[in-house]
Amino acid sequence: MDPQNMQNMRSPLARAIGLGSAKEGVGVWWAERVSAVALVPLTLWFAASIIAHTGSDYATFIVWLRTPFAAILMSLLLIALFYHAALGLQVVIEDYVHSATRFAAVIAVRLGCCALAGAGVVAILRIALGG
Amino acid sequence: MPSSMTTRPRPLSPNVQIYRPQLTSVLSILNRITGILLSACAVVLVVWLVAAAWGPQSYVPVQAAIASWIGRIFLFGATFAYFLHLCGGIRHLVWDTVHGFDLRWIYISGWAVVAASAVLTVAAWVASASMGG
Repeated sequence: MDPQNMQNMRSPLARAIGLGSAKEGVGVWWAERVSAVALVPLTLWFAASIIAHTGSDYATFIVWLRTPFAAILMSLLLIALFYHAALGLQVVIEDYVHSATRFAAVIAVRLGCCALAGAGVVAILRIALGG
Repeated sequence: MPSSMTTRPRPLSPNVQIYRPQLTSVLSILNRITGILLSACAVVLVVWLVAAAWGPQSYVPVQAAIASWIGRIFLFGATFAYFLHLCGGIRHLVWDTVHGFDLRWIYISGWAVVAASAVLTVAAWVASASMGG
């Protein structure tokens, strides 16, 4: 972001005090690591489950996804996955997009990740709880 | 000072295109590229789950597209991207504990990431094939 925009996004008081960063970077850094650690077992379980279901038909797959264990882990996987993806993609955007579209791109990534995680979890609940 | 001095474009650093690719730099950028690719794969995962929730009439064509030859080539690439990002991510988590920063260990862990990703990708597909895929 160019200095002009950066100044526009700060309040007059923040600009006057001039303390620099918003001091939220450490929280984002930790969130990326914590979600990464959570994703190690979750994605390995998912990969193993998909491998075990190679060639399975729709009915077999649904029976598996209806088990509470699979439904819970799959929901947790989606939440951790899109949380981690949103944080990672935001860093990529902030590093390479320097125009005014950067703010819009970050918002679009965040909204998109929330929407996809929500849609995925609803789909799992529909399968797990539906008749 | 003449105004031309202030408007002259300054040289930008780093000049990525003139550097010889090294294991360290290649793995660094691959961690980013695989992260972006896996985000796209996550979208496919949601499409697949929503199709399954909708019923067999929408699940069957989605599953058929994934199981097609083009789908399998993409899936193979996604598997390698996943293991590369996983192993590279674990390497980063070790670095976060302030370990493994000697140049020797940087290269040992780097090649270990490449080897483990290749082995795990092949192992996953062998396991899948043995399940009757």
